[in-house]
Amino acid sequence: MIEIKDLHKSYQMGSNSLHVLKGINFSVKEGELVAIMGSSGSGKSTLLNILGMLDEADGGSYFLDNVPIKGLNETKAAQYRNKFLGFVFQSFNLINYKTALENVALPLYYQRKNRKERTEKAMNYLGKVGLTNWATHLPSELSGGQKQRVAIARALAADPKVLLADEPTGALDSTTSYEVMDIIQGINDEGKTILVVTHEQDIANMCKRIVHLKDGVIVEDKEVEQVRASQYV
Amino acid sequence: MFDRDRWGEIFEAIGKNKLRTFLSGFTVALGILIFTILLGLGNGLLNSFLSSFVDDAQNVIFIRGGNTSKAYKGFQENRKIQFKNEDFEFIKENYIGKVEFATPRIYRNGLAKYKKESGSYNVRAVHPDHQYLEKTIMMKGRYLNEADLEERTKNIVIGRLVEKDLFKNENALGKMLEMDGIAYKIVGVFQDSGGDNEERIIYLSYKTAQLLYGNNDHINQINLTYNMVMSTEQAIAFANQIEEDFKKKFKVAPDDQSAIRVRSFAEDIKETMVILGGIYVIIFVVGIGTLISGVIGIGNIMTFSVKERTKELGIRKALGASPRSIIAMVLQESVLITSVAGYLGLILGIFALKMIGNNLEEFFILNPRVETGVIMIATMVLIFFGLLAGYIPARRAAKIKPIIALRDE
Repeated sequence: MIEIKDLHKSYQMGSNSLHVLKGINFSVKEGELVAIMGSSGSGKSTLLNILGMLDEADGGSYFLDNVPIKGLNETKAAQYRNKFLGFVFQSFNLINYKTALENVALPLYYQRKNRKERTEKAMNYLGKVGLTNWATHLPSELSGGQKQRVAIARALAADPKVLLADEPTGALDSTTSYEVMDIIQGINDEGKTILVVTHEQDIANMCKRIVHLKDGVIVEDKEVEQVRASQYV
Repeated sequence: MFDRDRWGEIFEAIGKNKLRTFLSGFTVALGILIFTILLGLGNGLLNSFLSSFVDDAQNVIFIRGGNTSKAYKGFQENRKIQFKNEDFEFIKENYIGKVEFATPRIYRNGLAKYKKESGSYNVRAVHPDHQYLEKTIMMKGRYLNEADLEERTKNIVIGRLVEKDLFKNENALGKMLEMDGIAYKIVGVFQDSGGDNEERIIYLSYKTAQLLYGNNDHINQINLTYNMVMSTEQAIAFANQIEEDFKKKFKVAPDDQSAIRVRSFAEDIKETMVILGGIYVIIFVVGIGTLISGVIGIGNIMTFSVKERTKELGIRKALGASPRSIIAMVLQESVLITSVAGYLGLILGIFALKMIGNNLEEFFILNPRVETGVIMIATMVLIFFGLLAGYIPARRAAKIKPIIALRDE
């Protein structure tokens, strides 16, 4: 599903160049649940941004579902993001004046689906994260966990190939974190490929594979015995 | 351009961000409102100045005789200067090409009677040219003519209100009117925009008046209009020349101020033109100033609005919004708001001017109005600059990497 070869990325900091990713080789098969771990500055967020087409690599190749991701203009990148990727952020990033349902329906709007289909699909995904009764509530009326569940439903609404989660539990307490991980595991069980960036070991342990990043290179890449989140909920 | 779903999105964004909508709308509405009112008041000021010139021809010179205030060339002071027909002929013969129309005037009061109605009216005995000097408009019949003059007919022309006073609902044309024991025939009825007093006047030929009242050739005043090709300066010089010539003719001291009085509006017109120019400049500066401040206000609001939305726009981009759709959304929203608000401001402004109406007449503001075209252009300018002001931050927002926008807490 994801093929990365010799990926490099540096940032220009004034006259200095900061080499963040120093040759990453990495591939993810369909249906995997991968945790990307590392301390801050290890390059994990940069890697996720490149995977999410929010940022572009300086060197190396990146194939997503056998499509080369290179030299995309903004419009094309937007199309690909919409078609291939679902994002879950640490700070939820819901649009605060839209209800839960409208937030979930937004990616479908950019897919030019008609209103009826948007509402139907959005309701369906809200149901999946157990928030059917909260459809008409604004984000400000939801708890942190509920917000993240709305965000997950939104990420799923466009039926992406890959779900990218950047510290999805970073702003949540541990109980709520496990609830969210339970949902993520459930989605993965249905076959969705998911990448989770985290620095929490217990969250990483709930994935099937852990990739450890340090100073811009992968230092460890191992399959793990998945800890089911449902036992903590 | 018209995409039902996009407009749905926009209406939702507008409806749910009332403060932002209100702020940008308010700026535009206020800008247009102030612009409309200021422009209207400025126009009112103009109207007020212009209205003082509509009654009479603007190029009139009055010549009147008074009493001398100085002894000169063997004459005592306090000598009465009496104009006669020859002085009127002197004007006609000596200033050919410079004089357009000229008429003598003899003033009288007449007690006019028709059947049981009677009233006292100002009577002016004049030359037929007087019609053009006074901008008299004939409602029915005709004005005095050369035949009335030479044959000394007892034909008169009466004002609209004289007819109304004395003839009630009857048609005065062709009827006989008795005045000071003499019967005159009414050959015309006129109207005049100079007010009620100007429509309570009776005109007859000056030669008839001279025959009937005293059998002399005296006249009280000479009115003339100068040729409009003269510049204001030339007109002033012409008036001075007439005064000089008449002083010579009547053997009046050159520095005697009271014996010969020549009054021309040329100087007034010159002054008024300067004031008018000033008013135009003020209106222009105020209008441009209001527009500029409006544009700056909209620019600020748009920058603020886009800044406030940076995160939302980042989210939209992450979810698959293209840069174009982001720009289009922001701009369509701002055009909608500025158009509606601009229209509201326009309506309010016109309404305010209607309310003011002629209430400010004592402050020299008469019938304040604005041309719709001017306001439309002003609104377009505001919308255009609002667009431009919105486009720059919108484009920046569309270009910004979503990941940076999303971190913008």
